[in-house]
Amino acid sequence: MAEEKRLMKGNEAIAESAIRAGCRAYFGYPITPQNELTAYMAKYMLEKGRVFIQAESEVSAINMVYGAAATGARSMTSSSSPGISLKQEGISYACGADVPCVVVNVARSGPGLGGISPGQGDYFQSTRGGGHGDYYHIVLAPKSVQESADLTYEAFELADRWRMPVMILADGLIGQMMEGVVLPPPIDPDSLPPKPWAAGNRSGGREPNHVTSINLVPAELEAKNRERYARYDEIKKAVNRYEEVRTEDADLVFVAYGTSSRVALGALEMARAEGLKAGLFRPISLWPFPYARLAELAAKGKRFLAVEMSMGQMVEDVRLAVAEALSKGGEKARLSRVDFYGRCGGMIPSEAEVLAEAKRLLAAAPASVPANAAPKE
Amino acid sequence: MEVAFGHPVSLKPIQTKYCPGCGHGVIHRLVAEVVDELGVQAKSIIMNPVGCSIWADLYFDFDSVQPAHGRTPAAATGVKRCLPDHLVVCYQGDGDLAAIGTAEIIHAANRGEKFTAIFVNNAIYGMTGGQMAPTTLVGQKATTAPYGRDPGVAGMGYPIRVCELLATLGGTRYLARGSVHNAVNVRKTKQYIKKAFEAQMRGLGFGMVEILSPCPTNWQMGPIEAEEWLERNMVPYYPLGEIKNTLEAAAGEAPAGAR
Repeated sequence: MAEEKRLMKGNEAIAESAIRAGCRAYFGYPITPQNELTAYMAKYMLEKGRVFIQAESEVSAINMVYGAAATGARSMTSSSSPGISLKQEGISYACGADVPCVVVNVARSGPGLGGISPGQGDYFQSTRGGGHGDYYHIVLAPKSVQESADLTYEAFELADRWRMPVMILADGLIGQMMEGVVLPPPIDPDSLPPKPWAAGNRSGGREPNHVTSINLVPAELEAKNRERYARYDEIKKAVNRYEEVRTEDADLVFVAYGTSSRVALGALEMARAEGLKAGLFRPISLWPFPYARLAELAAKGKRFLAVEMSMGQMVEDVRLAVAEALSKGGEKARLSRVDFYGRCGGMIPSEAEVLAEAKRLLAAAPASVPANAAPKE
Repeated sequence: MEVAFGHPVSLKPIQTKYCPGCGHGVIHRLVAEVVDELGVQAKSIIMNPVGCSIWADLYFDFDSVQPAHGRTPAAATGVKRCLPDHLVVCYQGDGDLAAIGTAEIIHAANRGEKFTAIFVNNAIYGMTGGQMAPTTLVGQKATTAPYGRDPGVAGMGYPIRVCELLATLGGTRYLARGSVHNAVNVRKTKQYIKKAFEAQMRGLGFGMVEILSPCPTNWQMGPIEAEEWLERNMVPYYPLGEIKNTLEAAAGEAPAGAR
């Protein structure tokens, strides 16, 4: 029988979905706006006899995740922007030691302590390997409570498959709002396949397993990093998520993820009602970023308006996609251009102001004018 | 003919990279001997720290997990909670445990995490080349305390007695301080380690064995001189023996199956 639809907060849906994905150990530290997630895990992980610890710090929480995940257990932590900064050391170690885990960022506005209202200023930190050293990890950005549940569930699969941390990059709005959600089926953690690389339960005289990121021999460390980057190339082929709305005939394509994509979708509908041909491209995997499809649209000469709750971070990936289209030649790519509209500090742009910006851009430079040379700031 | 004494099975028969006169080799051997005696090699996990003993995974014939500097007790918490029937040994130096990882050790101890910390106190940072440690004695010289540790004018603080600090916490059940500067104390230290490991396997709560250990290289002494210096200077400040032992009371509580 199919699961019935439940009304849940995004934070709670993420927590419940993690439990259903077979998360055996959760470690967290209080921070707004994700506190419902930790409280939910406290209640239901303990009820199920699984591991829940309120750690003494974000730093400890991610290292507890590292330890638990090193034994092969599905493990997770969640936090919000300033706390995610503290976790970056542990995330770097997990990437360096190829330890799978799930990290949820219910992002707020920054920098510094900033505010507790939603923000998208953690894009660079999330998608560029926010800690030290050469690495990336998968980043998935939900736009709704349903997608928060679905992507969290899938994050555990992806983490195990690719042996890396997977980050869910939500924000305070998605974490706090309530929507209907159909939850995925529960997985018994004991039914999951064993991980032969994990520490513990050594049997049959096998050689010891060492979960570590250290290597003091430069040639060996370089080889290890190259091996990891070869894996990243495979991930780029396998994980490439986006949603498109009416891009085919669009004169202007909004590019936005998470909360700002909901605003952009509203602006799109208002524009269409007025006869303006607007479209939407919504990256769901932020790393790997869906450059290829965006480059295809750029090759058709599409114009893009990146809409973000930041001073402009994802827009740089949009420009890279356009640059890729340009590098492949083709007359129409030269018609493509990228503009940016953003609010920050916890401000959420309204549909009306995004529409107004779209109209202003289309009036200032009609679609037929090549204008891709200099990115506008 | 029966072999009465030999190389521990849990310790690989290879030469270590540790300096002549360093205590790590002896301490490694004690840990391995106890693991062999308890018959738990296949269920032992060493958490090797950042510092000289990051090489521990080369020598112990166990699975290992290597966390970030000072985060060892947090990572050990994750390991032990997921593998409660394993022997989890958090092997840490003084910089790792008593400086950068102070929060982690205090809270792991206070939660009563059921792993054992082996705390190697040599009063100096070894791997990075002789900087002042949280356990460096007043007046002792280090590259970052070139005129000697000075708690007054230079504001360098006082050496931390970690066992005594942790003894106030409800979660700690067994805290002992041994030393490896002579044969008598090596034998006593082994008994402390054995008690702590046995208590861990019985699920009795947090245990730590602090071990005073010579670092001739960074103390800039010969190995014999270093042992004498340890006895004369460290032992008076860091008293040897069992600092806290509430194992019997813990066994009496026996909250089997309780969370």
